[in-house]
Amino acid sequence: MKTIFKPTEGMLPVDTSYCPGCTHGIAHRIIMEVLEERGDLGNTIGVVPIGCSINAHHFMNIDMCESTHGRAPAIASGIRRVHPDKVVFTYQGDGDLASIGAGEIIHAAHRGEKFTTFFINNAIYGMTGGQMAPTTLIGQKATTCVDGRTVEQAGMPLRMCEILSQIDCAVFVERVMLNNPANVRKAKAVVKKALEIQDAKLGFTFVEFLSSCPTNWGLAPKDALKFVENEMASYYPVKNFKTPEGF
Amino acid sequence: MSKVLMKGNEAFAEAAIRGGCNCYFGYPITPQNEVPEYMSHELPKAGGKFVQAESELAAVNMAYGAAASGGRVFISTSSPGLALMQEGLGFICSCEVPLVAMNVSRGGPGVGGIQPGQADYFQVTRGGYNGDAKIPVFAPSTIQESVDMIYECFDIADKYRNPVIIFADGMLGQMMEPVELPPHKGLATPEEIREKKPWAITGKNNHEGRNVVKSLRLQPDVLEKHVEMLFEKYAEAEKELVRYKTMNLDEAEIVFVAFGTMSRICAEAIELLEEKGVKAGMIRPISLWPFPKKAFDEIGSKAKIVISTELSMGQMIEDVKMAVAGRWPVGLINRTGGIVPSSIEVAERALKALEEVK
Repeated sequence: MKTIFKPTEGMLPVDTSYCPGCTHGIAHRIIMEVLEERGDLGNTIGVVPIGCSINAHHFMNIDMCESTHGRAPAIASGIRRVHPDKVVFTYQGDGDLASIGAGEIIHAAHRGEKFTTFFINNAIYGMTGGQMAPTTLIGQKATTCVDGRTVEQAGMPLRMCEILSQIDCAVFVERVMLNNPANVRKAKAVVKKALEIQDAKLGFTFVEFLSSCPTNWGLAPKDALKFVENEMASYYPVKNFKTPEGF
Repeated sequence: MSKVLMKGNEAFAEAAIRGGCNCYFGYPITPQNEVPEYMSHELPKAGGKFVQAESELAAVNMAYGAAASGGRVFISTSSPGLALMQEGLGFICSCEVPLVAMNVSRGGPGVGGIQPGQADYFQVTRGGYNGDAKIPVFAPSTIQESVDMIYECFDIADKYRNPVIIFADGMLGQMMEPVELPPHKGLATPEEIREKKPWAITGKNNHEGRNVVKSLRLQPDVLEKHVEMLFEKYAEAEKELVRYKTMNLDEAEIVFVAFGTMSRICAEAIELLEEKGVKAGMIRPISLWPFPKKAFDEIGSKAKIVISTELSMGQMIEDVKMAVAGRWPVGLINRTGGIVPSSIEVAERALKALEEVK
C-alpha cells in the first residue's frame, strides 16, 4: 500500500499534555517536520522554557534541556559556544520570553546569537492558570485582571517582533499565525527559512506564532482560533519584519 | 618550573584556562573584574570562548547551557553577583551539570562595599537557591592554593556532576604573589566528551538514544527519589572532599578557626601570642562544605577556647559550634564591612577572650 501520510519522526509517538484546541502541538509538529526534512533530528539541540511547553522534551525527538524561567536565550547562547555547527533553538511562551526573560531575549538578539527562537504568543500565562501576560490584549480578561486589562493598570501589550526588529543583529523576524491549515503551511515555510538563515550564521532569527489558549481564554477551540485571527492579529500584525538579502 | 608574579584574579583565570576550561561567562563586578578581562583576551588564544553576559543571571545560565552540552565551564563573580546566580546554581545542581564558579567576595549586605569580606559564608555553604541541594565549597588562602584548587576542581565537578564553588575573599583577588602555574590539560575532544559525559546534549547523532537535561519532576515520588539520589552523591562528597590544615593543636590554649585571608592573619597572631608566652593554634577549613568537623577531634587537652575568626558578623561560627559540640567555649573575633583586622588586634582580642574563660 502506498503511504500518503505518516507522522514525523521528529515527534515521539506519545500523546501530548496540551489542552484540546491548543496550538502548541501544531507548532511542535511543524518545527519537527522541518528538522526531519533537513535530516537534522540528530544534529539539533533545543531549549524548552518554563510554562506549558516545558513538556516539549517529552514530545520532540531531539536532544533538549530545560531552562530556568526566561533564561532560554542565555542557555542557548552557552550551547552555541560549544556547538557552533549544530542547529540550536529555543521554544518559549510569552510569559517566559516577553516578561521574565525580556532581558535575555533582547541581549541574545543584540549579540546576533546564531540560533532561532520560536515564540509562542497566546497572550496569557497558560501553565499557571490564566494570569495576565505582557502580551494580554486591552480588554482581555485574565485571572489577575478579571474585568479585562486596562492601559492604566498594565500599559499596552508588548509587541516582541516590533521590538526585536529594531535590533541590528536580529536578521530575521517574522510573525505567523496558527489559525487555519493554510496559515500553518505558511508558518512551516517560515520555520524552514529561519533555520536556513541560522545555517548561514548571519545573526539572530526569530519566529513568533500567534497561538491559542482555549482553556484560559474560556473559549471553545474553534472560537479560540477566531480570537487569534480577529483579535490578536489586529494588534499583532502577521508579517515579515526583516529578512537578510538573498533569502 | 619557575614562578611568576601574578595578581590573584589573573592567576585564577589562567588556572581555569590551564585546567581545560573552554567556556567562560562573566559580568563586571568589583573586585573580580580582572577575571573577565583576562579571559576576554587569553581564553580565545587557548581555543576557548568568552562571552560578556548582560547580567549574572544570564552568565550562570549561559554557563549551564555550555556545560549541559559538554563544555568545561568557569564563571566568576563577587557577592551580590553570586546572589543573582543562586537560582541558576540550584537549578544546575538539580540538572546534575558540572561547572566551577568563583566568588571573589566583598562586604555586604546589599551592594555593601568593595573591600574584602567573608560574609558570603552562608551564601556559599547554605546556598540561596530553593530546595535541597549542596555545592562543595573550597576556600584558598594563597594565590598558589587558589590556582591548584581551580585546576583540580573541574575534575571534582565532573565526578559529582555538580557545581563547585571556589570562595576567595577580595584580598586574594587583588593581591599579587609568586605562583607556579601547572601545565595546560588540553581541551577535550568530541570523542572525550562523548566518553566522559554521555549524558550531555550534543545532538542525538553523537550518542546512544536521546539526551534530556532536566529539573522538573511533577510526581512527588519521582522527585523524592531524584533528591535522594543527589544526597547519595553529597554523602560521598562529605566523605571524600573534606580538606583542612592545622597548626599547633597539641599545645594550643587558644584554637583559632579561620579560612582564607583571616587564616593568614591568625598565623601571624599565633606568633605574636607565642612571644607573650601563650600557645595558640589553628584549624584552617579548606573545604567549607563539607565542613571539616573531624579536625576538631585533633584539638589537644590544653585548649581553653575555640575562636571563630571571620570577616563577617559571625557565620562560620555556627558550623564551629556544631563541630565543637560543647567541648570548649566558642568565641568570635571578627570585623566586617571590608575591614581586615591586623594580627595585633586579633592577638589582643584573643588574649582577652582567653582571660574571660580562665
